[in-house]
Amino acid sequence: MNVLIYLVPMALLLGLIGLVAFLWSLKSGQYDDLDGAAVRILPDDDIEG
Amino acid sequence: MAESVDLSMFVERRPSGASHMTLAVDGVACAGCIRKIESGLTKLPGVIDARLNFTQRRLAVDWRDDETDAAKIIGAIEAIGYRAHPFAPERVEADDSAQAKWLLKCLAVAGFAAMNVMLLSVSIWAGNASDMTPETRDLFHWLSALIALPAAAYAGQPFFQSAYRAVRARQLNMDVPISLGVSLALGLSLFETATHAVHAYFDSAIMLLFFLLCGRYLDLAMRRKTRLFAGNLASLKAEFAHRLDPGGELVQIPAAALHPGDRILVRPAERIPADGTIINGTSEIDESLVTGETLPRAVRSGMTIYAGSINTSGALTVRVTAAGTGTLVDEVEKLLDKAVEAKSQTVRLADRMARLYAPVVHATAALTAIGWLVSGASLHDSIVIAIAVLIITCPCAIALAIPAVQVVAAGALFRSGVILNSGDAIERLAEADTVVFDKTGTLTLPDPQIVGGGVRPDVLERAARLALSSRHPLALALGRAARERCPYPGAVEEAGQGVRAMIDGAEARLGNAHFCNVIEPEQHAARIGDDASFITFSHGETVAAIPVRQALRADAVAVVNALRERGLRLVVLSGDRPAAVAPVAKELGIEEWRAALTPAEKIAAIEQFQSQGRRVLMVGDGLNDAPALAAAHVSLSPITAAHLTQAHADALFLGENLRPVLQAVILARRARALMKENLIIAAVYNALAVPLAIIGLVTPLIAAVAMSGSSLLVTVNALRARVRARIPGEARS
Repeated sequence: MNVLIYLVPMALLLGLIGLVAFLWSLKSGQYDDLDGAAVRILPDDDIEG
Repeated sequence: MAESVDLSMFVERRPSGASHMTLAVDGVACAGCIRKIESGLTKLPGVIDARLNFTQRRLAVDWRDDETDAAKIIGAIEAIGYRAHPFAPERVEADDSAQAKWLLKCLAVAGFAAMNVMLLSVSIWAGNASDMTPETRDLFHWLSALIALPAAAYAGQPFFQSAYRAVRARQLNMDVPISLGVSLALGLSLFETATHAVHAYFDSAIMLLFFLLCGRYLDLAMRRKTRLFAGNLASLKAEFAHRLDPGGELVQIPAAALHPGDRILVRPAERIPADGTIINGTSEIDESLVTGETLPRAVRSGMTIYAGSINTSGALTVRVTAAGTGTLVDEVEKLLDKAVEAKSQTVRLADRMARLYAPVVHATAALTAIGWLVSGASLHDSIVIAIAVLIITCPCAIALAIPAVQVVAAGALFRSGVILNSGDAIERLAEADTVVFDKTGTLTLPDPQIVGGGVRPDVLERAARLALSSRHPLALALGRAARERCPYPGAVEEAGQGVRAMIDGAEARLGNAHFCNVIEPEQHAARIGDDASFITFSHGETVAAIPVRQALRADAVAVVNALRERGLRLVVLSGDRPAAVAPVAKELGIEEWRAALTPAEKIAAIEQFQSQGRRVLMVGDGLNDAPALAAAHVSLSPITAAHLTQAHADALFLGENLRPVLQAVILARRARALMKENLIIAAVYNALAVPLAIIGLVTPLIAAVAMSGSSLLVTVNALRARVRARIPGEARS
């Protein structure tokens, strides 16, 4: 069972990374305009240039 | 027009020295619109940044003041082809979004902790059944504690704070048993872990928090969405006033920026932006939005006029007053205060549940502990079992049961064109058994319509096309009938008189009878009834009088019939003359109607219904309806209603049709049935689980499975509120 010494902290760390990523995305306004993000990818700005 | 525009009340200074403004933009429908507006604006000199929020339909612009200004930016957006209106965010809205962010953070923390603690718990359950060593189990329990304690301390704040406030006010709310259950479970688990016990309850406590936070967030998200939308509509409707400065200059400012004492100019066909006293000019004003009266009232210097009325003929100079004593607005506000006070005593279903629930839960847990002690169990075992009872009865499903249905039903209502102002409106809508309608602007359309018949189609077309050049309310109604949407070239509007233009070599005039040189216009028109007004049209030898009047909403008859079929009693209470109300009531088949009512009489009528034990749904739009709306059990207003009236309605409906009223009733009744079903599901769950907990058979595994299962069941059941209501007459529109 010694493997637990590595695996449990790793599992926790991965979870924490997910949590921090979510909190960051919330803080940086990623969820402020959900519908806008869906339509903004459509126009081909670079082609029309 | 050499008139300057002052928008300073909407502009915010950024620390960097740039100016910032938020605008509500109308007509944005696709990705192309976003790009057109953003790139169009950023090309302007001085504009630093423009970003359109597509979800909220709001545009944030930053610019340097020395190179451009707010009015130029709005002009630029109009040149691109969209209507934009400056938007002053309300305090409530800002609070709401901060609260939503905080809840989401708590939810994220609780979710993270719940996942990891469950991971450890499942290992322990599996290990207990096989060959896990006590040392490993202790390690896992300590790890669970390490995750769960800080997470619960953070994510539990919304509940702890609310419970603390309630206890300090010597009251009980739903958050008291929640907080108690969570803290006791965590405390006991810590004790168990320290004494190397087989079971700990970290997972139950943290899962409970996670599910409850889901319910809280959904509840808030619903209220935020409707408030956002209502905020946009309010700013799109916002009115501008022409203020006369002491130097004689005319400045266009938002009506909200007017102060008592300001002098304003109200031109013909403009809406009066604020209450005031006329200091110069005579005119006729249409007060249908204020009193429900459809005939215009003649006003002259010294008389008081109210915001929301329309100036129809002459230009007026008005001194803005605050609502003075003895005026209609003053009376309305006094009545409102009283009505609102009386209404706050109704209790929401969830609160009623909580009031009943909290003492029962506490008593059951306490009795369980005492029972086990008396029957000879150790103190430790008795407390463990009592806590299991507390956890298993914690109102997870109940806390989700009502918000989940509310969110789904509010979404369905929103798609049917009904915007909720208050969260518990759904429950009260479902209880309504009497519908009281106002007439003007509610059963009828807010704007006058032309009444067909009696006028030759080609004459009507010419008159309607000429009407496109005028801004008079009656001309606007006539203009809608024009098939050719392009106004005649060279048409001239004479304020308060009418419009004239040369058509096919002869002069055509549209306006009042005197302007068109027509004597006795009535003899040129078919008999329509005495509630119609006339627009006169002359073109060479042709003379016509076109009748215009308030017309019923297109689906009013179908909706009224459908409401009647559903067992609702229908009443019309109007401030208009009996002669105008009677034909409407007759056409709709409503036998119970009263006319020429004052605001106080409307309240009295509603209170009389309510004293008979009836629950009244009031539908009205006028300023005179505001107190009645507040006094009624539940209320609806069309979006065209007066500001004060909208603020006191429980929900607003959009569009030209009356159908949203019917849909609101149907959807609300279904939602209430689902809420009750959900509460029954939650009760059955408790009835099954609590006895098991009391006799001490509930392990953490059973608690976790039962809790998640019942929460999921309740949420899935709530989704059924989504199904759209099918309504007779819907196919026609």
